Amino acid sequence: MSASDSRELRIVGFLCNWCSYGGADTAGVARFSQPTDLRIIRVPCSGRIDPLFIVRALINGADGVLVSGCHPRDCHYAEGNFYARRRLETLKQFLSATGIDPRRFEYTWVSASEGQRWQHVVTEFTRRIHELGPAPTMSHVSDGAWFDAAAPAAAGQGCPCHG
Amino acid sequence: MRIGVFICHCGSNIAGTVDVVAVAQAAAKFPEVAYATDTMYACSEPGQEAIVQAVKEHQLDGVVVASCTPRMHEPTFRRTVERAGINRYFFEMANIREHVSWIGKNAERNTVKAIELVRMAVEKLRRNRPLIPKRFDVVKRVLVIGGGVAGIQAALDCADGGQEVVLVEREQSIGGKMAKLDKTFPTIDCSSCVLGPKMVDVGQHPKITLHTLAEIESVSGYVGNFQVTIRKKARFVDWSKCTGCGLCMEKCPSRKAPDPFNEGLCTAPSINIPFPQAIPKKAAINPDTCIMKQKGKCGLCAKICPVKCIDFDQQDELVTVDVGAIVVATGYDLFDWHKYPQYGQGRYPDVITSLQYERLLSASGPTGGHIKRPSDGKEPKTVVFIQCVGSRDRSVDRPYCSGFCCMYTAKQAILTKDHIPDSQSYVFYMDIRSPGKGYDEFTRRAMEEYGAQYVRGRVSMIYPKGDQLVVRGADTLAGTQVEVAADLVVLAVGAEAARGAVTLGEKLRVVPDQYGFFVESHPKLKPVETNTAGVFLAGACQGPKDIPASVGQGSAAAAKVLALLSKDQLESDPQVSRVTPARCVGCGKCVQTCPFGAIKLVEDRFGNPKAEVVETVCQGCGICTVTCPQGAIQLEHFTDNQILAEVNALCPPRIRVNYAS
Amino acid sequence: MSKVAYYPGCSGQSTSLEYDRSTRAVCAAVGLELVDVPDWSCCGSSPAHTVNHVLSAALSARNLDLAHSLGVDVLATPCPSCLTNLRNAAVEMEDEGFRGQVNALLDRPYVGRVDPQSVLQVLVEQVGVDEVARRVTRPLTGLRVACYYGCIMNRPPERMRFDDHENPMAMDRLMEAAGAEVALFPLKVECCGASFGVPRGDIVARLSGKLLDAARGLGVDAIVTACPLCQMNLDLRQGQINAALHEHFRIPVFYYTQLLGLALDVPRSELGLDRLCVDPRLALGKIKAPAPVR
Repeated sequence: MSASDSRELRIVGFLCNWCSYGGADTAGVARFSQPTDLRIIRVPCSGRIDPLFIVRALINGADGVLVSGCHPRDCHYAEGNFYARRRLETLKQFLSATGIDPRRFEYTWVSASEGQRWQHVVTEFTRRIHELGPAPTMSHVSDGAWFDAAAPAAAGQGCPCHG
Repeated sequence: MRIGVFICHCGSNIAGTVDVVAVAQAAAKFPEVAYATDTMYACSEPGQEAIVQAVKEHQLDGVVVASCTPRMHEPTFRRTVERAGINRYFFEMANIREHVSWIGKNAERNTVKAIELVRMAVEKLRRNRPLIPKRFDVVKRVLVIGGGVAGIQAALDCADGGQEVVLVEREQSIGGKMAKLDKTFPTIDCSSCVLGPKMVDVGQHPKITLHTLAEIESVSGYVGNFQVTIRKKARFVDWSKCTGCGLCMEKCPSRKAPDPFNEGLCTAPSINIPFPQAIPKKAAINPDTCIMKQKGKCGLCAKICPVKCIDFDQQDELVTVDVGAIVVATGYDLFDWHKYPQYGQGRYPDVITSLQYERLLSASGPTGGHIKRPSDGKEPKTVVFIQCVGSRDRSVDRPYCSGFCCMYTAKQAILTKDHIPDSQSYVFYMDIRSPGKGYDEFTRRAMEEYGAQYVRGRVSMIYPKGDQLVVRGADTLAGTQVEVAADLVVLAVGAEAARGAVTLGEKLRVVPDQYGFFVESHPKLKPVETNTAGVFLAGACQGPKDIPASVGQGSAAAAKVLALLSKDQLESDPQVSRVTPARCVGCGKCVQTCPFGAIKLVEDRFGNPKAEVVETVCQGCGICTVTCPQGAIQLEHFTDNQILAEVNALCPPRIRVNYAS
Repeated sequence: MSKVAYYPGCSGQSTSLEYDRSTRAVCAAVGLELVDVPDWSCCGSSPAHTVNHVLSAALSARNLDLAHSLGVDVLATPCPSCLTNLRNAAVEMEDEGFRGQVNALLDRPYVGRVDPQSVLQVLVEQVGVDEVARRVTRPLTGLRVACYYGCIMNRPPERMRFDDHENPMAMDRLMEAAGAEVALFPLKVECCGASFGVPRGDIVARLSGKLLDAARGLGVDAIVTACPLCQMNLDLRQGQINAALHEHFRIPVFYYTQLLGLALDVPRSELGLDRLCVDPRLALGKIKAPAPVR
């Protein structure tokens, strides 16, 4: 079953404004059809992406998170994507330790001119997430109990660093 | 907050596959949204006016527009909300065209997606802060990289517009590819007669500083304030003394090296002035072939030079200039036709490139303007032109059309007949592309008046027979195979990105496409801008183009530069990092990671170290924000809380998921 | 050096007996051990693949399997047509589905991974041009030749993966190693018209005539080939070509193994020079006797 036939899953994208966000625009201008699951958050640079954002999305129930920045050496800010590459690779290694399937997270490089590549990346990642299916849920705790405890924290309230 | 949401139809572009009315109705229920509506064209004059009116009518203090990509119209709408009396950063855009309506056909899913993107924008806007730009001085000087016809035009227009220009050229003389041409289409103008005066103007213009035999070493800074280091390569001649008399060239005993200006058709002395009209007309030594530089003895040129300007110990020199804007005009290079096995890969000397043929046609070329073929100097009676050598061919990764080869081949066929009236030209072509003023008439003249035989088909092989070359190809219109016995074969080689373009792009933060041509900011509306503010493109570095188009872009880039430098001060982007001193522990990690040196450590009044951002230097990448262990340094307009609000809007907090039971 | 299975092909039993014999003699002279494929059968070349790809591959696969049973990695054949069919079968059977269809036709399913190569490739890649040159005792000094590879020796390039498909040099290098003077033959991979030999003699005359004309233009004493069909067209039919085109070609057409054999001082009886139609004696007379050893 192709991704477009089944129920939509929740995929969050973090895209660099200078390259991949433009690449997604290029794909749109060229009418390269893509699965509709992805929702894109625009950031100025892949180096702006705190691994926290990705983990937060996954903990909140995202079925997949896709990060895309400029090709190495092509960063608009000279070296932001090098920082991104280290942070994201570390996160990838670390995810399984948190109990989250690391296949639900991927990062890649797409330039502003690569509309076709973007179509390919989105299609492939969406297919992968559909193969994995919806994110698993914990069944032995009642919804209400979790929600009472978790919602304020997940919304960033009461967090000493980011509140 | 009172937020207004405007959902754009964009004609049928969005409304065709998104239920915009339903999106507006859903948006009206989001927190702090006071007003939501749909609108036909939000960016049009009445569309913008409606936003201004709604702000006043409903006392809005924030606006969300859901329409096209913010890369297109964010600046437009920021001006609109400012006109309505709101700080321009109380504005957010939801991209429901490029990211929704244009990529999905399912109206139901598109509508849900559009609603979610609007919700995301609203949640971000709720956490926005008013930002006020700072102003900074602009350096009134422009750097032009590349001294071909596009760069020359840009430099002259900028200089005539009153700005100081620094022109950097890699070769010894400016002039570029055009200086090598004999005539130009479709008027058969003499190329050097048209270009020569412009080159002289560059050399004499009081506002233009010319650096030839020079390359860009490094670039730092930002629009209005670039610092550029230029490497002037050692030329072993003191150009302040050299008069260009050319005595050294006559006496130089090392003259075996191929002459690059004449495309290797003849040799050049090791100390050389590339061509008579060269600007600057100064001699330079090629250290790879100079006997003195290689073996340590000779020095004949130093002995003969009347002004004693030879300096064998000269070193590369680094020059640093501050400029406010940069024009990139690095042009193109020729496709390496040796990749095709069917053309002999260099085994046959009478298979030459179109640019080599230009040198044979040129009166200042190695044959004095008489067409003599390289193998035996004989005048060719049958000349075969093969088009699309390295154009429109996926097998050599050159799927694009080089654009100008059809025209210059027609020109060369005409000139061949002019030079040798009893000659016959054959042109193997795929399609004739002549969309320009007077262009199609010109190719028809080549066929009808000058009798060039056009054969529609590709050439499969060239092989020698006697002192001729047999060109075998298909005639797809007649459906047969044809063989032409030719005295000379001219390959219409296509254009590819100039060597070194990708490296230069990295220094300038200008992205090349997959073939190495620089990507413009918008293919229709910003053809000479790049995504790096203050850096502009001109000529074939952006894609193959002919002389009129290159000159046009040179002038267009100059107009952009003059508009930019007409201001004494520019507004800095206030989307920069900001430190909350109470949280900062002075660890200095942000100082280390900032690629621009925009953060420094200062002491607060208790003597504690604290980070401080230099706002005009900060470029707003946000690397520091992720690095800071305390969350003390936040990138304005992209704070942790703003991005997390977007995440939470998409994924409502439910911690229980994503853990297997 | 590892041993190599040898597949002579049907031409080697008939029209190109001298190719087969000289190939065996040259390989022995350079120390390359050929082991005959036992009970080999037709590879399916020429007619089979025009009718049924599976059947054609099965014919080849039987021989590949027999070679596999010898415990070798490489199956060498002198004939480019055999090579094409054997190689196609080997490559196409990498696809599991196709392999299954083929194996259904065979008594014993083929499971090996034998790589079919031309003897030319084995000589160049396993023995080496330098080693051949080292073993030459009677160099062909004074003989000027044009090497003609034919159209299928290196094509399609992505299947054959040997030498340059537009400008192959393997035979040129071997002939230089043998001491001959090699003229760069521009038509070295052109078609001689072999498959039209029976129905359309006029096409053969035109295509092969062009080859002979080009060789004559280069002033060579002989043409050297590696293909039984090319050799037959250019040699056996040279009289017919002369009649059709009103020409007077008299260019002997050798197998490269025959000339290599001469240079390696293989007994002449092994080379079958007497089987050539165009008299080679004038050309062979150009070879200068080696200077006496002092």
